[in-house]
Amino acid sequence: MKTLTRALLGATALTGAAALASAQETTLTIATVNNGDMIRMQGLADDFTAQHPDIALEWVTLEENVLRQRVTQDIATSGGQFDIMTIGTYEVPIWANQDWLVALEGMPEDWNQEDFLPAIADGLSVDGTLYAAPFYGESSMVMYRTDLMEAAGLEMPEAPSWDFIKEAAAAMTDKEAEVYGICLRGKAGWGENMAFLTAMANSYGARWFDENWQPQFDSEAWAAALNDYLELLNNYGPPGAANNGFNENLALFQQGKCGMWIDATVAASFVTNPSDSTVADSVGFALAPDNGLGKRGNWLWAWSLAIPAGTDDEAAAKEFIAWATGQGYTELVAENEGWANVPPGTRTSLYENEEYLAAAPFAEMTLESINAADPTSPTVDPVPYTGVQFVAIPEFQGIGTAVGQQFSAALAGQMSAEQALQSAQQLTTREMTRAGYIE
Amino acid sequence: MARAVTPRRKAINTALAWGIGILIFFPILWTILTSFKTEAQAIADPPLFLNFDWTLENYVTVQERSNYFRHFWNSVVISVGSTLIGLLIAVPAAWAMAFVPGRRTKDVLMWMLSTKMLPPVGVLVPIYLIFRDTGLLDSRIGLVIVLTLINLPIIVWMLYTYFREIPGEILEAARMDGAGLRSEILYVLTPMAVPGIASTLLLNIILAWNEAFWTLNLTAANAAPLTAFIASYSSPEGLFYAKLSAASTMAIAPILIMGWFSQKQLVRGLTFGAVK
Repeated sequence: MKTLTRALLGATALTGAAALASAQETTLTIATVNNGDMIRMQGLADDFTAQHPDIALEWVTLEENVLRQRVTQDIATSGGQFDIMTIGTYEVPIWANQDWLVALEGMPEDWNQEDFLPAIADGLSVDGTLYAAPFYGESSMVMYRTDLMEAAGLEMPEAPSWDFIKEAAAAMTDKEAEVYGICLRGKAGWGENMAFLTAMANSYGARWFDENWQPQFDSEAWAAALNDYLELLNNYGPPGAANNGFNENLALFQQGKCGMWIDATVAASFVTNPSDSTVADSVGFALAPDNGLGKRGNWLWAWSLAIPAGTDDEAAAKEFIAWATGQGYTELVAENEGWANVPPGTRTSLYENEEYLAAAPFAEMTLESINAADPTSPTVDPVPYTGVQFVAIPEFQGIGTAVGQQFSAALAGQMSAEQALQSAQQLTTREMTRAGYIE
Repeated sequence: MARAVTPRRKAINTALAWGIGILIFFPILWTILTSFKTEAQAIADPPLFLNFDWTLENYVTVQERSNYFRHFWNSVVISVGSTLIGLLIAVPAAWAMAFVPGRRTKDVLMWMLSTKMLPPVGVLVPIYLIFRDTGLLDSRIGLVIVLTLINLPIIVWMLYTYFREIPGEILEAARMDGAGLRSEILYVLTPMAVPGIASTLLLNIILAWNEAFWTLNLTAANAAPLTAFIASYSSPEGLFYAKLSAASTMAIAPILIMGWFSQKQLVRGLTFGAVK
């Protein structure tokens, strides 16, 4: 009898274990970047698993550069480590052209693809087909201290020019009080100083390449953009600006040391957060500056979810993406964390939502900034590439960082603007010749 | 004849030693202090040393966000596993090189060490492909194999250096008493070389624990050790220093504690044979 009871208990336990195993027969491994919105999504993922008890989620969270290298290596070698990858606007067109990504077709109807902001969706599409779903989108804009601007006797226009920025930077600078008129990215890197400088150069009429892929750093437009950038930071910027990236400038702005800061729209929520920022109640926003040439100096970026080709769980991955980037998720975040914490910059409907507009004072400026950027036509003169603050070719990461090093060295006073441009022209020409774009 | 040490000289030496010690330990101390600050305090200018509101908030956040114990267990398995397997291979190898050297022993030793001169990224893609094809990606056994192979030259070199200090006559005496090769290595050589083996073991556990290239590149969700746990707290957009410091403190605490308790063994082993 005892033996029979044991056998029955054992069989029950085994059946239970088997039932549990079959209840979660699919495991999705999601590679993601460490930022507030993505971490929030992990925290709310129980909502998805409750709706899909047969799908388990495994998260791999990495720093942006590590993530980029890790997922690139995996997708290029068909490693099959990830079912969903968080990738940026730069990777999507390149990887889609390599057939490395699954086209997001046949998604659930209530996902409402038409609701995505056109500028963002265009950056994630190839030949009209979407290859990644935007999770949050951003552009760049001017964030400024309203109190310092008032004290300087100036009023920030909604759409300032670079001349006004120079004038305001000079008027707001008080180096003895450690207040610097302007803070900008100076740290070398294609996603660091070159993101800012490429967007700035677009508004000066400069471009990376002409229609025949000839580098254009020897143009007057590039010289004007770089000289103004150096003049701004050398005269009105904080000391050691050549080492400053997003986080360094964020810290300076939050400590009240920057009059203006031109950077990612996502920073708006950080600088207006009273628990971290000492200037939270005196921050204003304006569009990125222009030079009257029809292009503003703002970029466009979206962290997006994509499915690598060859995954075994394509259907489950699409279910997850539909959940994470759907309108229902926005409401879920609002319900749990408030409207101000909803991932911004992806859906038109969000910017028609009165509750969101009331909770996020920077919402309209974010939308205007995103709409002002056109990744398919980023420059004044025509170019053979897409991408606003980058050139969507595989070689750009290397070239962009190498050029960024020249410009950062010029900012640090190790070479002149002219030498930096000359060097940028030479190295870009060399690499593009090597890669076969030009002879 | 030993040189007399004047009190003044002793005081200077002590102060110098403390100064260097503090200098070396300061980054760790600063990381620990930062882990108890808020994100705003972590970036305060001028920096706050002790006069801030201490908080455990970052540790709570890190615990909520990550499965620390899974990463910790992976680190233990990978570092201890690779070191023990390495020792199993290296003890006989070092014995042969120290006590029965051939004409090419020195060359072999140098060749083994030369494998450490290749930048790891140079072989990343081939190893990644081998791991993909053998199903070793994101597995602890895969990392144990890689780290064993990576640290093997260092283990062999260290043991070889220690074994050379042991008089060969003692082993000969053991042989004359009828000890076989196994008994000679196990019961005569190993006990005499315990300080050396212990320090090799500890040093290699530390090296494997801190290894952050292969452990980041060959893992995803299942086998990721504490290095991946730390890497998940760095962010290009947003303040993260306090949380990163909390994660780093949690990651280095076990190895620091182990080092603290075994420092006598470590120092004894590292200075083994240094003074004759």
